[in-house]
Amino acid sequence: MKAAPAPAAARPLAVADVARAGVLRRHGVWLAAAGLLIVLPWVVRTGAAVPIMNQMGIAIVFALSFNMLLGQGGMLSFGHAVYFGLGGFLAAHALNIAGRGGLYLPVPLLPLVGGLGGLAFAALFGTFSTSRAGTVFSMVSLAVAELMAASSLIFDRFFGGEEGITTNRAKAPLLFGLEFTRDRQVYYLIAFWVFVAAVAMYAFSRTPIGRIANAVRDNPERAEFVGYSQRRVRYISFCAAGLFAGVAGGLFALNYEILTAENMGLNASGAVLLMTYIGGIGAFVGPVFGAIIFTFLQSMLSDYTGMWLLYIGILFLATVMWAPVGLAGLMMLHAPAWRGRRLGRLAGPYLVAGGLGLVAAAGVIGLLEMVHTVLIAESSTGLKRLFWTTVNVRTVMPWLVFTALVAAGALGLRWAGPRAATAFAEANRPGPAQP
Amino acid sequence: MEQIVFFSILNGLVFGMLLFMLSSGLTLIFGMMGVLNFAHASFYMVGAYVAYTLGLRIGFWPALVLAPVLVGGLGALVERHGLRRVHRFGHVAELIFTFGVAIVIEEIVQLVWGRPAKSYQVPAALDFPLFHVFGSAFPAYKAFMLVVAVAMFVFIFLILTRTRAGLIIQASLTHPGMVAMLGHNVPRVFMIVFGIGCGLAALAGVIAGPVLGTFPGMAQVLGSVVFVVVVVGGLGSLSGAFVASLLIGVLQTFAVALNASVGNVLMGLGVPAGASAALHDIWKVTVAQVAPIMPYLLLVVVLMVRPAGLFGTRET
Repeated sequence: MKAAPAPAAARPLAVADVARAGVLRRHGVWLAAAGLLIVLPWVVRTGAAVPIMNQMGIAIVFALSFNMLLGQGGMLSFGHAVYFGLGGFLAAHALNIAGRGGLYLPVPLLPLVGGLGGLAFAALFGTFSTSRAGTVFSMVSLAVAELMAASSLIFDRFFGGEEGITTNRAKAPLLFGLEFTRDRQVYYLIAFWVFVAAVAMYAFSRTPIGRIANAVRDNPERAEFVGYSQRRVRYISFCAAGLFAGVAGGLFALNYEILTAENMGLNASGAVLLMTYIGGIGAFVGPVFGAIIFTFLQSMLSDYTGMWLLYIGILFLATVMWAPVGLAGLMMLHAPAWRGRRLGRLAGPYLVAGGLGLVAAAGVIGLLEMVHTVLIAESSTGLKRLFWTTVNVRTVMPWLVFTALVAAGALGLRWAGPRAATAFAEANRPGPAQP
Repeated sequence: MEQIVFFSILNGLVFGMLLFMLSSGLTLIFGMMGVLNFAHASFYMVGAYVAYTLGLRIGFWPALVLAPVLVGGLGALVERHGLRRVHRFGHVAELIFTFGVAIVIEEIVQLVWGRPAKSYQVPAALDFPLFHVFGSAFPAYKAFMLVVAVAMFVFIFLILTRTRAGLIIQASLTHPGMVAMLGHNVPRVFMIVFGIGCGLAALAGVIAGPVLGTFPGMAQVLGSVVFVVVVVGGLGSLSGAFVASLLIGVLQTFAVALNASVGNVLMGLGVPAGASAALHDIWKVTVAQVAPIMPYLLLVVVLMVRPAGLFGTRET
């Protein structure tokens, strides 16, 4: 709705007000994010929180750069970790040279080296990778990943063979006397780069080239008729994604001070696809959610079970099948209900469905863990710790209980699912609320 | 020298035919549905494991028949309840779905059978040298692999070209809408083809398990190479897959067998050895080390020169 024009005398003041409100509205989210990044290590104070947050920050930059390809450019890459890894290796070597006094490179600028490395290799490999979109692009990216995996065995001076390249950030020259010896100092450095990279990637998505990348994703032929070479547009997106993947690699190098060929392997490329897709490829913020969830699950679950990747894989498959918009997309679907102030009505049905989903998930997890115990990791006693209790997998009872949980959850969801869907449709209906 | 050449050709043929058993199903599925099944090699792995477990109870030969049937059924289920749902989100979503299936299958294999390799043995009836040439033995089992692969090729070829079902499949490849108009249930044809493709992959797993090893990483080892075969041969082209399989099989086997390094070759050409330290790594690269790279280099070159693949007619 457009406001009626103000009287001439009142206008300058009104314009100034609008401008001020505009600044807050346009940049409020970023300011909040920056504030959150600053206070986070003081709020979350459990033992391993800061290292995990460092890991999350690196994953966020990496996943955002991946989404420049998949979400914004429609290119599904199976080899994005190549640019992450190459950037990281270059950064690690640069840090080693700086440590020997070979060049002046303070630690805070290291991600820049990684970024330039990622950009250089993306510019090289992009020349033949981006000539086609779709399945062929995916296959070429897979081939490049395999090429690099095989090359890492050959060039062991650069990739360090099995033990990788180690480095030491304490030996590099200082910038403004800043030292990076404690986790929290490294956290603020990573947070700074995460913020800068996220702003830059968001800005890129808003530039004309970022917009045309969307057009090429949706209808390459039409973009060509408007006068843009789809190849060229994909190439530029690819280079930009490589640049930020390299920044993430540089962050990895300075955080962990070691890089191995595994960091640029197929599994690393798969992980970034998983986290980005779970978070949602349709929204800019999606990969951020995905990176946080993935890293959290990875570090939490791996303490309890050796099968954490199975659970994440199942979550991923469920996302692909039932919620291809991802977590961020699901949240955005609720925007109309939020604006219509009808979100509260969804709480009841959602809580019921979510509770039943948790019941079913607990049953599935219990059964999988017990199957694993019976087949592989059977201890002499047959005892297994599950959900804060100890069960004996040789007795029938736990099997019955967990099967019952699965059945109850699944049957309940069949009943609660449609109700939640109806409530969602009702809440999203335009117009005034029905009594 | 003759010995190396002879056995390399023979082993290359065996490996190539094995690749073809995998790539034939993959390329058929792609041709019909436009889906590049990332999980194809995972079904190959499941085939090997199922056959190993069945083999302990009922012996190798029944397992050879039963395992592909079971895995084919599993593949059909995945198509019916997973892929078909994702189909409407487009080809990239389907590729992502099959990627997820590959991860879950690999994890489930580790859950059920554990991480260490299984000692899946060559059946006793085939565990003898078939013949001796140039002082080396050629195992009968490899000949058996070759026979199974050739039989499968002939079987697929006859079904596709000589039977009514094959004609419907071929028609669905190019004109799915028209086939549906004629009253055929195209989604069901898709499901059957997907199941058969997975079954063929499992058959390859059953016969390759004892030779290439039965371990949770076996899908990844072969998976990417199979993609290369399918893309180089031309997506959707069965004859292309055949030629590319043999090409890559022989190419890789030869490269592994040769043991010349770049330095040796250059020295043979009269270039002085031991240039500089920077080139040290390149200098000592052997042909055998380059072998794993070869298929991917071939893929990149083919895509640059002839994007549709050797025998392909279309690019996407």
